[in-house]
Amino acid sequence: MRVAVIVFPGSNCDRDMHHVLTNVFKLDSQLVWHTDDLPRNIDAIVLPGGFSYGDRLRAGVIAAHSPIMAQVKKMAERGIPILGVCNGFQILTEAGLLPGALLKNTSLSYICKWTEIIVRNNKTPFTNKFKLNQRIPIAIANGEGRYYADKETLHMLKKNNQIVFTYGEDFNGATMKIAGVCNKEGNVVGMMPHPERSAEQILNPQNAKPASMIFESLLNTLGVTA
Amino acid sequence: MPSFLVSVTIENKPEIVDPEGDTILNDLILKDKKAHVKKVRSAKMLRFQIDAKNKESAEKEVLVLCNEFRIYNPLVSKVSAETVSV
Repeated sequence: MRVAVIVFPGSNCDRDMHHVLTNVFKLDSQLVWHTDDLPRNIDAIVLPGGFSYGDRLRAGVIAAHSPIMAQVKKMAERGIPILGVCNGFQILTEAGLLPGALLKNTSLSYICKWTEIIVRNNKTPFTNKFKLNQRIPIAIANGEGRYYADKETLHMLKKNNQIVFTYGEDFNGATMKIAGVCNKEGNVVGMMPHPERSAEQILNPQNAKPASMIFESLLNTLGVTA
Repeated sequence: MPSFLVSVTIENKPEIVDPEGDTILNDLILKDKKAHVKKVRSAKMLRFQIDAKNKESAEKEVLVLCNEFRIYNPLVSKVSAETVSV
C-alpha cells in the first residue's frame, strides 16, 4: 500500500509523517515534491504540517495553487483517502477540498501544547477504529488554527456529519471548538492537531494509543492488518 | 499605455472576530481613556501597479486577479479598491 506525503516549500512535518507511516505503521510511504507528479497506484495521500511559502498572504493559499494540487483534487474525486494535518488542513481548505477557513488564533499567539480532541465522526478512513466521542491526547502547534465556518457552512457540516474532531477545551476561538472536518463524501479529512507527533509512546506524555488509531484506521481502510 | 496604482483593501467580514483590532482598541486606545473611539477593525492593503487603458479597466483587472488567485478568501473577507494614476 502506497502513501504519498506531499512536500511544499516550507513543509516541516513531512519527514515526521514519513517516519510514522514507514517505520511505525510499515506502509510504503513516499515523499513527493509539489512540482512532481503523484506516483501511480497511490492508495492514500497526506499533506503534512509546516509553513508552506512562509504562510505568506494566508496560510496554505499559495501551496493550494501548486501543480500537484490538480492531481490531488482528481484523487479526492476518486475517493482516495486524503489527510491534511495543520498546514495541510489549511491547504485543503484553500484548495476548496474542505469547507471553512483557518484564521489566526484569537490570542494572536502561536499555540504549541498538548490537548485532547474528541471523535465526532467515526466513519472516515482516518477514524473508523474509534468509538464515537472517544478522546485523543494529541499535540497542537499553530498560529492560524481557528476554524471558521459561516452559518450556511456550519449547517451543511452538521447535516452531512462532516465535523470529525472537536477540541475538549476552547483555546483558540474555533467555531464549535472544531479541530477537524471532512468533505461531504468523507474521504478527505483535515485536522489541526498533529497525529504524527502523538502516535508513538516515546513522544506522547499521556497515551499514544488513541492517536495511533488515526493511522490504524487508515490501515483498516486500506485492508492492511495493523 | 497609462499606469495606475490600485489599492486593494482586504477586510474580514463584520461577523468575524478581529482580535488584532480588538487588541489595538482595548490595550492601547481605551487604556489611554480615549473612550470616544468605539471600534477598530484590522485589514490588509495590497497595492498593485498596473498598465491599463483607463482607471476602470485597471481596477476591474486587479479585482479579477484577486478572485482568480484567491488573494482574499471570499468566505471570510470582503475587498474594496481605490485607484489613482501614476
